[in-house]
Amino acid sequence: MHTTVLLLAADAPAQLLPARQLMAFTLASHIILVPMGVALPFITLLMHYRGIRRNDPTALLLARRWSAVMAVQFAVGVVTGTVLSFEFGLLWPGLMGKWGDVFGIGFGVEAWAFFLEAVLIAVYLYGWRRLKPRTHFLLGLPLPAAALMGTFGILAANSWMNTPRGFSLDSAGNPVDVNVWKALFTPMFGPQYWHFVVAMLLTAGYVVAGVYAVGWLRGRRDHYHRLGFTVPFTVAAVATPVQFFLGDSIARKVFHEQPVKFAAMEIVWKTDTHMPEYLFGRLHPDGTVTGGIKIPQLDSILAGFSPDTEVMGLSSVPASDRPNATQATIAHWAFDLMVVIGSVLALLALWYAVVWLRHRRLPASKWFWRSAACAGVASVVAVECGWVTTEVGRQPWIVYQNMRVAEAVTATRSTTLWIMFGLVIVVYVFVFGAFLAVLLKMRTRWRLADAQQGAGSPVEAPEADTPYGPRSSAASVPSGSSGSSGSSGSSGSGEGRP
Amino acid sequence: MTADVIAFVLLLAVTAYTCAGGTDYGAGFWDLTAGGAERGKRPRWLIDHAMAPVWEVNNVWLIFIFVIMWTGFPVFFQTVFSAMWVPLALAAVGMVLRGAGFAFRKASRRLAGRRLFGTVFAVSSLVTPFFLGAAVGGIASGRVALGTEASARAWSNPTSLMFGLLAVATTAFLGAVFLSGDARRFGAPDLVDHFRGRALAALAAVAVLAVVALFVTRTDAPHVWYGLTHGMGLLFVLSAAAATFATAWLLLRPPGTWVRVTAVGVVAAAVLAWGMAQRPYLIPTSLTVADAAGAPSTLTWLAFVTLVALVIVAPAVVLLYWLDTHGELESLTDADLRRGGTEPGKSADGG
Ligand code: HDD
Ligand code: HEM
Ligand code: HEM
Repeated sequence: MHTTVLLLAADAPAQLLPARQLMAFTLASHIILVPMGVALPFITLLMHYRGIRRNDPTALLLARRWSAVMAVQFAVGVVTGTVLSFEFGLLWPGLMGKWGDVFGIGFGVEAWAFFLEAVLIAVYLYGWRRLKPRTHFLLGLPLPAAALMGTFGILAANSWMNTPRGFSLDSAGNPVDVNVWKALFTPMFGPQYWHFVVAMLLTAGYVVAGVYAVGWLRGRRDHYHRLGFTVPFTVAAVATPVQFFLGDSIARKVFHEQPVKFAAMEIVWKTDTHMPEYLFGRLHPDGTVTGGIKIPQLDSILAGFSPDTEVMGLSSVPASDRPNATQATIAHWAFDLMVVIGSVLALLALWYAVVWLRHRRLPASKWFWRSAACAGVASVVAVECGWVTTEVGRQPWIVYQNMRVAEAVTATRSTTLWIMFGLVIVVYVFVFGAFLAVLLKMRTRWRLADAQQGAGSPVEAPEADTPYGPRSSAASVPSGSSGSSGSSGSSGSGEGRP
Repeated sequence: MTADVIAFVLLLAVTAYTCAGGTDYGAGFWDLTAGGAERGKRPRWLIDHAMAPVWEVNNVWLIFIFVIMWTGFPVFFQTVFSAMWVPLALAAVGMVLRGAGFAFRKASRRLAGRRLFGTVFAVSSLVTPFFLGAAVGGIASGRVALGTEASARAWSNPTSLMFGLLAVATTAFLGAVFLSGDARRFGAPDLVDHFRGRALAALAAVAVLAVVALFVTRTDAPHVWYGLTHGMGLLFVLSAAAATFATAWLLLRPPGTWVRVTAVGVVAAAVLAWGMAQRPYLIPTSLTVADAAGAPSTLTWLAFVTLVALVIVAPAVVLLYWLDTHGELESLTDADLRRGGTEPGKSADGG
């Protein structure tokens, strides 16, 4: 009680705002790369398998090109991820100092999964030229499993923050009797994990397919574009309805495990039965809702399959223990947007499936291809929205009902944090801008090469042009003084090796 | 008991990061000092190609260190990150710039772009180890304690300065030794000698700085000084000295592989000596291993996780280094990424 009153006072420490902004910004940036990190290897391996199985050089070419993209993307994923682990200490020392030994172990699993992933990715990326095709493919196979392991660690930690378990508090309020197993497998873990994994799969699928959908719209409709579109899009289309189902079940889990968060997501003010559902709309501090579309009874039905289900409202807990009206509105909008996107994507997948089942071909409508081109961006937006729902809906708790964000934050002065935030923004704009530029340039070069190839003009000597250039032979060492001819060796296999 | 084991695992992880990550940072150091665009072209080429397949793996060690810190010794993690705010924040920024600069440099064709990314990569390769070293110096000299707030004093002091410089020199030394070996592997004999000379110079710098650092700790970090001059700490100091002489001797002879082993020996022994000298403290003389230890069951699990890591990750890392040093890893070229380019598998069987 005392602490509640104490913290109710509006004087949250000044450093809280910049710390949160910094955390949110860096996480939101990192998460853009995660779908590619988790699911692109899987999709690439599928394509690779097809190439080997059907002896299809186009499929192998696609797999090789995707792995070149993987190289750059993985590098950016690693550095932005490392920043996050620094930030745990730099921004939230109180969280780690008190709870690190309760929920930190998941990250241990993550760390060695990343190790494995980094090794396997390196072998896969650099193994194309010299390893035997079979060996190369087999060495790539454990990659998706390693990615799933890494995801396990992070989501175990995050779901623990939502539904903390596996400890008891001593008289001083410190965690004792830690049960690691219970702390890893908390109630929110299962739903969050599967919802997340499928989200990654469908996001990566739509993003990759979107690239070829754009090509298709511009009239490039060869085998290469057809294949580049079909494989990832099929993966995503299969995942989408699953995601719909999983999303429904995670929402119900939130309703049971974190009723206050659920109230924020649905902007429910007073505990009652026969709750209406608002699509969008805005919650005001006095509990009124303006705007939005009101659908009577639906919220209760969704939460418990019956209009008689009682839904807990925000006002059932003290103001200090719940998100404020603005935070609730943010979580609500984010949630609704995610659901809208998920529903639209499900329709798109349905369209694809129906045309395929009836005509055994790709849809012909321009609108299908336009929507497919946008689906990638939409699913990234859905991922961001999902996290905003999770994180903002949990406010003011960093460890749900056990530690407030304000108790966890660093004591560093807010000015320092703001400066740091500014610096990080500049750095990230640079990094992500360069990342995008590199990808676009790669695409342009490949397109050029394909056009030349099509026109039958000779192909010039291979050059280092992916970020990690060739490492074959002395022949391609740029010659010392006459720096004009960068790379001269053309096949370069073997002769430079000791 | 378990806490001691975990503390030792932490020390080993720090050692591994110093060696693996250090080699990586060192490559950046030599990139910075390689000279103008024309003169530095060949060393930079070598650096790009030697680092590419392994740099991510080298850097995951740091994540492992953090995880052991916050899971095994939460209070230690909290204390260090609260007190060392500025150097650690700058190190984090440095890491982003470094990784991004490296990855993008090869991608840009225009000289201006390559210069920009290259400079970013090289400068941050210098700054990052310095700040990490300075933070460690602050710990070794006991300038942080539970509740210490972030202040410049914690990391701008003689020990921190020496540790920072020593970190930079060490990375330069490791980088040069490994690049010299890579040059041999890539068949660039002139670069072998180029980096051999630099390795010797860097080794001399490391030796001088280490001796100075030793004497700085005498007044500035008495607990560590005592540890370094007695018992296990002394043993490792002597091993480091022996390895230094062996490395110098090997560097003067025709190039071989053993010099890598002794070079890693120098650095590993030095880090272990520091760790031994700190016993039984994580932060001399305010926080012992036992005081900082997390929940006993967590520590047991952490030991288990470490064991699994050893069983699963070690063979994988060995495989990577083996493939790498046997020239099996080679990145794709434009031709491979072109339509109808040679099929990878076919050409591989031939070569
Ligand atoms: C492509 C991405 C995507 C799509 C289409 C959906 N979601 Fe989602 N959702 C995520 C991506 C995502 C996510 C980013 O992966 C989250 C954030 C945290 C998490 O575990 O998953 C998430 C979280 C999340 C949460 C919050 C869990 C919490 O607070 O802990 C709920 C209730 C839902 N989702 C429900 C849905 C529903 C009902 C959908 C209906 C179509 C849906 N999601 C589609
Ligand atoms: C990767 C996707 C994620 C995104 C986009 C995300 C987003 C956010 C956002 C927007 C906030 C600010 C909330 C606010 O105060 O308004 C936040 C806070 C935070 N998140 Fe997440 N989050 C993600 C995953 C995680 C994970 C996996 C963890 C930990 C394991 C985590 C830990 C935290 C912490 C410690 C805070 C600060 C405390 C707080 O403000 O609640 N987040 N995150
Ligand atoms: C807030 C906590 C987070 C931390 C501390 C963190 C840390 C890291 C680190 C250190 C890396 C680089 C690993 C390497 O060197 O290989 C990384 C990349 C990665 N992260 Fe995060 N991360 C966080 C959030 C997330 C979330 C929410 C996910 C989703 C499950 C995620 C999934 C990944 C994946 C799959 C990679 C592999 C790299 C890639 O392919 O992009 N991370 N992360």
